[in-house]
Amino acid sequence: MKEYIFLGQLKRSLAIAKKNLRIYYRRGPVVIFGLIMPFFLFLAFFMGRNMPIDRLFTGLLGMTIFFSSMSIGPAIVPFEARSRTLERLLSTPISVWALLMGDVTASFLYGFLISLIPLAIGFILGVNIINGLVLILGMVLAAFCFSSFSVLLSAYPPTDIPSTVMMISNLVKFPLVFISGVFIPIMEMQDWGRIAASFSPLTYFTDLVNFSTTQGISYYSVFIDFVALAGFTALFLVFAIKIHEKSLSKRLA
Amino acid sequence: MENAVEIKDLTKSYEELIAVNRINLGVRKGEIFGFLGPNGAGKTTTIRILTGVIKPTGGTAKIMGYDVLKQPLRVKQIISVVPETANAYLDLTAWQNLMLIGELYGFPKKERVERAIVLLRTFELYKKRNTLTRGFSKGMKQKLVLCMALLTKPTVLFLDEPTAGLDVESARLMRDIIRRFNGDGATIFLSTHNMEEANQLCDRIAIINHGEIAAIDTPENLRMKSSGLKSVEVSFNKPVSVAALSKISGVSHVEKMGDKIRFYTDEPHIVIESLTEFVRLKRLVIISLNTLAPTLEDVFVKLIKEREGD
Repeated sequence: MKEYIFLGQLKRSLAIAKKNLRIYYRRGPVVIFGLIMPFFLFLAFFMGRNMPIDRLFTGLLGMTIFFSSMSIGPAIVPFEARSRTLERLLSTPISVWALLMGDVTASFLYGFLISLIPLAIGFILGVNIINGLVLILGMVLAAFCFSSFSVLLSAYPPTDIPSTVMMISNLVKFPLVFISGVFIPIMEMQDWGRIAASFSPLTYFTDLVNFSTTQGISYYSVFIDFVALAGFTALFLVFAIKIHEKSLSKRLA
Repeated sequence: MENAVEIKDLTKSYEELIAVNRINLGVRKGEIFGFLGPNGAGKTTTIRILTGVIKPTGGTAKIMGYDVLKQPLRVKQIISVVPETANAYLDLTAWQNLMLIGELYGFPKKERVERAIVLLRTFELYKKRNTLTRGFSKGMKQKLVLCMALLTKPTVLFLDEPTAGLDVESARLMRDIIRRFNGDGATIFLSTHNMEEANQLCDRIAIINHGEIAAIDTPENLRMKSSGLKSVEVSFNKPVSVAALSKISGVSHVEKMGDKIRFYTDEPHIVIESLTEFVRLKRLVIISLNTLAPTLEDVFVKLIKEREGD
């Protein structure tokens, strides 16, 4: 019976993901945040500096997967609260966890698919990928991790104003990009920078990209990178579900 | 007979404000139950609790024997809601909205497709099924939301002001569908401002004000039980001052309504006898005379005023 309920809820979360992809991921701002902004950040920080192509690739792929996976996730719940569609969803037989997994799945699919573009650019520019499997698995796990993070960012405050959540989300996202080894490799950071970097999930993804493209050189071991990304994902999901369960109805008051 | 909806001491408070205050009521299986009250009385809050959207502060609520708090998914599987504001997804087509709801209720594809076609045809939306809901009029959106609610064949259907803002034809269609659906055995919990609608549709009515139930009964019993709301309406061949008429025996108060005078009383026959005497003395002629039972609106206003005075 429990298995039936669990599978039934998973099917419902796929329906939510399909709905999200149809409604939210075709919007202009989503494309800007997911693809164009990382591209311009990349241009601003890397162009004109004499860097190996592998370093450029790590930066572009890291920023793209991070920004695209988190582009719309934080705004979905407040947007639906405002348009009263959240009230409809909450009156249907779907659990809060399944509802949020639907949001995470849509963000994950969008983030992963968009990230294939810089991956293709890397191939075209001749980036030497020596461990494709680690890279692809890392991209999958990272997209899932950042998508979960985006749903956590929408949990509090329980507002129905999407711009409020997006502002808070940007306040969190941008510092993380700067401390995560995207612009300065972790190995070149001072001790305090390395400690700060260890608190960012993006650090472990950029480390995995480095491992996959630079003759297997990385700061952490591949095992630690994967465990850290999985751990962050679990943490984000658990906190997101717990906080949303308490705060969802407050958005409707 | 077990009730379809059973509410005991249901309470919802927001910090200082008590939106719903220890209400008790039971809705019988297969009945259309009206839930009347002024704005802010607690109608929508009660429906939101019953449909699992918000949690109560205290008390219990059961739908078909399932506890709303303890078995929310079971409850949600057998209910549907038509909220006050049409909340279909504007960036999805009518068809996509219906399919989404079918998927969220776990309906097999064949079944949800067949049912969606029937409903869209019934509501005359079939030709617009592939149009984004954003382009729909208010009436079309409300019809779509009712389609979405009926797609899942709910045992209990909650309707929150379903005809508010609709044109006469759409409102009539909506009421016909509600009656037909109820005829198929579903229980309807209808919140409305429209007294005539409640009178036409509901088997029983609860009147709620300031979060408390003021009365529960059939529309007819509510009207009959209301003392001081029966009236005699008269028009004379020439103007008569209200002051002179207020001395007529058996009258609680007199109101001038256009060219007619209305006498409120518990004993219309005594008023008619007194009026006959009054007319003879003043050499007046009665053009028309009607005895009127109180309307549901009269009852509603009286109950609300009584509560305000408490």
